[in-house]
Amino acid sequence: MTATAQPLLQVRDLKVHFKLRRGVGTPGGLVKAVDGISFDVAAGRTVALVGESGCGKSTTAYAVIGLEQPTDGKVLFDGRDITHLRGSERANLARDIQIVFQDPSAALNPKMSIADSVSEPLAIAGWTRNDRRSRISELLDRVGLPAAFSERLPSALSGGQRQRVVIARALALSPRLLILDEPVSALDVSIRSQVLNLLLELQRDLDLAYLFISHDLSVVRHLADEAMVLYLGTVMERGPIDLMFEAPQHPYTKALLSAIPLPDPVLQRKREKIILTGDLPSPLSPPPGCPFVSRCPIRVEICPTARPELRTTVSGTEAACFLTR
Amino acid sequence: MSVTDVPVLAIDDLVIDIGGNRIVDHVSLSLGSGRILAIVGESGCGKSLTALSVLGLLPKAARITGGEIRLNGRDLLPLGEAALSDIRGNEATIIFQEPVASLNPLMRVGEQVEEALRLHRGLSANAARGEAIAMMARVGIPDASRRARQYPFELSGGMCQRIMIAAALICRPALLIADEPTTALDVTIQAQILELMRDLRGDVGSAIVLITHDMGVVADLADDVCVMYGGRIVESGPVEPIFAAPRHPYTKLLLATIPTLQGQRKMTLRTIEGMVPSAESWPDGCRFRTRCPLADEACVATPPLADVGPGHAAACWHSADVEALA
Repeated sequence: MTATAQPLLQVRDLKVHFKLRRGVGTPGGLVKAVDGISFDVAAGRTVALVGESGCGKSTTAYAVIGLEQPTDGKVLFDGRDITHLRGSERANLARDIQIVFQDPSAALNPKMSIADSVSEPLAIAGWTRNDRRSRISELLDRVGLPAAFSERLPSALSGGQRQRVVIARALALSPRLLILDEPVSALDVSIRSQVLNLLLELQRDLDLAYLFISHDLSVVRHLADEAMVLYLGTVMERGPIDLMFEAPQHPYTKALLSAIPLPDPVLQRKREKIILTGDLPSPLSPPPGCPFVSRCPIRVEICPTARPELRTTVSGTEAACFLTR
Repeated sequence: MSVTDVPVLAIDDLVIDIGGNRIVDHVSLSLGSGRILAIVGESGCGKSLTALSVLGLLPKAARITGGEIRLNGRDLLPLGEAALSDIRGNEATIIFQEPVASLNPLMRVGEQVEEALRLHRGLSANAARGEAIAMMARVGIPDASRRARQYPFELSGGMCQRIMIAAALICRPALLIADEPTTALDVTIQAQILELMRDLRGDVGSAIVLITHDMGVVADLADDVCVMYGGRIVESGPVEPIFAAPRHPYTKLLLATIPTLQGQRKMTLRTIEGMVPSAESWPDGCRFRTRCPLADEACVATPPLADVGPGHAAACWHSADVEALA
C-alpha cells in the first residue's frame, strides 16, 4: 500500500454492544462484544483477527458486512460510509464484500446442485442463463473443481470440496474483500493445506483483500500480513505479522503464542510455556481497568483500575499494556 | 515397562465391521502403566471406534468380528454388560471432546464426580464427598467445595473438562481414554488441560490413550504414537522418531502440510492430493496408495506393519524411500 492509496476497508472505533435481558441464570446487563476497534485492510492484503471465544473477532466481521448493527463507530468501504446501509444499498454491497464461514456443510443448501448454489448470486444480479453457465465453469475451474461437479449435490462432495464451492460462490460477482471466518478449521488436516494454498493463489491473482478470522495462530502467521489480538472486545496488540510472532510485547500475545503446541516433540517439550491461570472472564462483568487483568501474570497496582491505551512498543507493534516499553 | 510386566491395555488383531464395511482392520497396540499413547488420524480413520471398543461403547451397528482386547491381562470381549459396567468408571474410564455435553445438566458437578466412588467402592455420601472435593482441587478447580454444589451451566468449558477429568480419575483407573480432550477448548485453556494431564499421569499413574487429530498435542504429551489411516495402523513408534524420521508417506506428508511457526510465510504448502476416502471407497492393498506419491504396482498388495527401527514400525513397501520424499 502506498501512502496515497486509500485503504479498501477502514474501520473506526467500532462498537457493538448487546443488551441482555434478565432471565433464568442470567442477571441481564450490557455485553460490550466489540468496544472500540479500528483498523484498515488494503487491496491484496490480509488482516487477521485473533483471539479466543468471546473476544469479538466474529462480531467485528459481522458488523463490517452488516450482519450485526454497530452501536457506534464507522465502517468505510472504498471511502464510502457503509455503517448503516440498508435495503437495496446493503444488497448491492454484496458484490464487493463476501463472507466464507467455517462449516461448508451448513453454508450450502443440501438440495441445491453445486451449479445452482454458485449461480445464485449471479441470478440475483441479473445475469442471463448463458452468461451464468460460462461463469460457473470458470469459477469451478478457478477453485480447482472439475466441471463435472456442477450437477452434483453437496452430499456427494467431501468437506474440502464443499469449502471450494463456498469460495467459488463468494467469488461469483468478483468481490474485492473476502471475510474468511475460520475457513479451514472444520477441515481434515490433510485437506487444510489445499484450501490455504487456494486462498493465497486467489489473493495473488485477483488482488483480493482478506479479513481473516482464526484461532489457529500457525495458519494466521502463514496467511496474514498483519494481526490484531483481541480480548473481550478490545485490541490487546496489533502489528505486522513478523513482529507479532517474533517480538510480541503484550503478555496476552505472549501467552497465546506459548499456548500453541508445536508439532515437534523436542522443541515443544523444552520451550518455556506461559500457562495462564483462570478462565476467560464473563463479558457481562469485565474488569473496569485492563480487560486482561484477571489472568495477567505481570499485573501491577494500576491495572485493575485504569484502561491502557494502544501505544507503539520498542519492537514496533502497538500494545495496550502499561508495562510494555 | 519391563518385559515381564503385563501391559495395562493390549489390543490384538482387532476387527470391527459396520454394515459390510471393515472399519477397523486388524489393529494391534499395547500400552504400559503410566504411559501415554496417542492415536492420530483424520475423520473416519477408525481411531475413536478402536478406543470405544475397549469400554464396550461401540455404536449398535458396529460389530467386533475378530481379535482380543485385554485390560491388565483380562480378556474384555467375552464379558457381559454387567461385568463391563464394573470396569467402566472404575478400572477404565473415558473423557470426550465436549465436556458440557458429557455432564448431566441436572446434577450438581460434585455428585457427578463422586458417583463412581459410591457405585464402585460403595462409599457413603459423606466419605465420597470428601474424596471428590479433594480430587476436584487436585485437577485445579479453585474453591472446590463451593463449586461441587454448582451445576454444569454455571461452569466454563475448561472447568467442565476438569470436572470430567476428576470424575474419570476418582477411582484411580488403570486406563484413561481421552477422546479429543482439548479440541473444543480455547488455546490458553487447552494449554492448562495438557499441563494437568502431564501432571496427573505421574501421580495417579493411569495409562492414557489420547485420541487426537492435532500433531501439536501429540508432540506435547505422547510417549508413543499410532498413526491410523483407513482403519489400519500405518505407522507406530516412540514420539521422537515418528516426528523426526517418519517412515510412512502419510505421516511424513501429514506433518509437512501443517504451517509451522518457523516456516516461510505465504509459500505454497505441501498438500496431500485427493480427499480422505470413506470406508466404501477404500482401495485394495495399501489404503493410502491412491493419494501416495510413492505408490506403484507393489502397493496393490497390503503391506504388513514391519519393524523399521527400535519399537518403530511402518506399513509401507517403500518405507526406505520415505525420507527422500520432499
